[in-house]
Amino acid sequence: MKLRRCRHIIAAVAACAVAGLGIAQAQQPASVRIGYAISKTGPYAGGASTTTLPNYQLWVQEVNKAGGIKLADGRRVPVEVVEYDDRSSSEEAVRAIERLINQDKVDFVLPPWGTALNLAVGPVLDRAGYPHLAVTSVTNMVPQLSKRWENAFFFGDTSSNYAEGVVAVLTQLRKDGKVEGNVAMVNVADQFGIELANAARPALEKAGFKIVYNQSYPIGTQDMQSIVNEMRRRNPDIVLAFSYPPDTIAFTDQAKTLGLNPSVFYTAVGTAFPLFKQRFGDNAEGVMGTGGIDTSSAAIRDYIARHQAALGKEPDRWLSPVTYASLQVLQQAIEKVGSLDRKAVAQEIRNGSFDTVLGTITLKDRVYSGGWMVGQWQNGEFHALAPMSGTGAQPAQVPKPHWK
Amino acid sequence: MPILDALLNGLTLGGMYALVAMGLTLQYGVARIMNLAYGEFLIAAAFAAYWLFTGFSLNPLAGLLLIVPLAFALNWLIYRVLLAPLVRRAKTRAALEVDSILATFGLLFIVEGIVLVLFGGSYFNYSFLAGVLEVLGTPLALNRLLAVGFALLLGGGLYLLLNHTRRGTAIRAVAVDPVAAQLVAIDVRAAAALAFALGGALVAASGVLVSMFLTFNAAMGVVFTMKALIVVIMGGVGNLAGCLLAGLLLGFAESFVATYIDPGLTIAVNFALFLLVLIVRPHGLFGRVTA
Repeated sequence: MKLRRCRHIIAAVAACAVAGLGIAQAQQPASVRIGYAISKTGPYAGGASTTTLPNYQLWVQEVNKAGGIKLADGRRVPVEVVEYDDRSSSEEAVRAIERLINQDKVDFVLPPWGTALNLAVGPVLDRAGYPHLAVTSVTNMVPQLSKRWENAFFFGDTSSNYAEGVVAVLTQLRKDGKVEGNVAMVNVADQFGIELANAARPALEKAGFKIVYNQSYPIGTQDMQSIVNEMRRRNPDIVLAFSYPPDTIAFTDQAKTLGLNPSVFYTAVGTAFPLFKQRFGDNAEGVMGTGGIDTSSAAIRDYIARHQAALGKEPDRWLSPVTYASLQVLQQAIEKVGSLDRKAVAQEIRNGSFDTVLGTITLKDRVYSGGWMVGQWQNGEFHALAPMSGTGAQPAQVPKPHWK
Repeated sequence: MPILDALLNGLTLGGMYALVAMGLTLQYGVARIMNLAYGEFLIAAAFAAYWLFTGFSLNPLAGLLLIVPLAFALNWLIYRVLLAPLVRRAKTRAALEVDSILATFGLLFIVEGIVLVLFGGSYFNYSFLAGVLEVLGTPLALNRLLAVGFALLLGGGLYLLLNHTRRGTAIRAVAVDPVAAQLVAIDVRAAAALAFALGGALVAASGVLVSMFLTFNAAMGVVFTMKALIVVIMGGVGNLAGCLLAGLLLGFAESFVATYIDPGLTIAVNFALFLLVLIVRPHGLFGRVTA
């Protein structure tokens, strides 16, 4: 009993101290402390250093060049960054986020790369009341997660929506008489690949497509010759590979080498990477994949140019602009609130509308649902195809030209 | 023809496995260093080839002439400076194994860190010799075929070197029994350093060759270390012919399973085969039972 009271007193003192600190900070923060743990090493490093980290760097650079984030008193305070490497490990990511919150006492935490790590750090951010701007997190669990975590915002979509986007494009093509509808599909046996395939299969069957080949391969596989040969033998006019970046490259490369020439050739993650265009040049033409950008948007074109100028490389054409937009949302929410009060900022993100590189966006039920599901390389740019109702969506160019 | 596809496929895949594992069988089997940083050296060589190809438009095959001798020298130095003290200190083979695992585990992070600082963590690849050779209607990628060719060439060359030269015989003697080798006036340390450096040169060559058709990033080394380890243990530690056979066996198994059963089972069949060999021949296909 005594002990418990003692604890109460300590808690009260601590609370006062924290509150005092909070007031002191609200009066005169010298900087906005932003922390993140990102995969600089390990299997996720490839994705993190393509989509996530460059945008964090670009955003911090641009904000600080403009003098910082504007607070209520009209003063601009610069962004200060605390960065850790989560080594692509969930335990390490959780530990780093806890350290950012408890030890480094950062004002805001930016999310790690990938669905797995976003799910891993979600509970920690939720418990500490930090807004969680999950971007590179695509999973069918979004509806449950958003119920569980009050301050989580989802900029990626559900895997099912990506699969259904593909089926919608194919259905339209068949309606236009451009494809017959024999589908050969393969997926990587990992979360996103499995969820995509599981959603695509029934959707394809329901839409009356004939699935002539349907297999999976273990994550990390780079030898696709058997799969490509088996597909070739079945002579499909639609090839779908729900793949990850290294296997996307390997599958495309081997399809090209072995002469698999369907009307529709779709590979998932990595198709929108600049690496894909560099690697395949003119052969990228006509290849479809997840993502896409609205090439008619001046904001997007300007964003690509700035990314190139600041970092010496192009952004990917899927979640890079979305990542950047999520940071703009955070910044504008802080500026509208005028302080670093996380609760108020989260509230603002929930209800406000924001002017970003993706146009003016809102997060209905804490989910951004304006993302592009399918894109296609056309004339050296990865144009958005679906959702076909979206502004800036291009018609698909089919059949894909044969590999050169 | 599915069967021919599967066969040729297995050949290119298995040739790559054998190629990747050959250096490790020398380092582990002869120099007795269980090199955990093996895959990182492969990746480093792949990056070197990429850098020479994209930066100086130097053909990767010409790059081999530059990278392989450099890797040989570097690995010789690593053995002399970093690993020789461990060898001197170790009382038993088991102790050396543990020590070398720990030391090369550290080396792994150093090499990975250097590559990371120089190139960043993104994926890299380039296109070289992406042409096709038709064999009875089955198209085969030239760069993969080249890797198999090199595997056979290097394997054959090393076999000759080890079995028909004085130096090679000394290396084999060290592999069989380092203590007894000393009794017949073999400089064990020099022979081990040579074997380790040769292994390093081989892994660099394989890194350059696989960089022509694989996508790689700084973090991928461990994948190759694991594969090489399986092939080496399956073939019998220190045995080149065993290495070649085990690599091809795995390649054919994967390719046939992917063609006729399910591409999702390739890893499973890999380990099943590995397990089977270990049960039937615990010392590997060509392994010798040591007293």
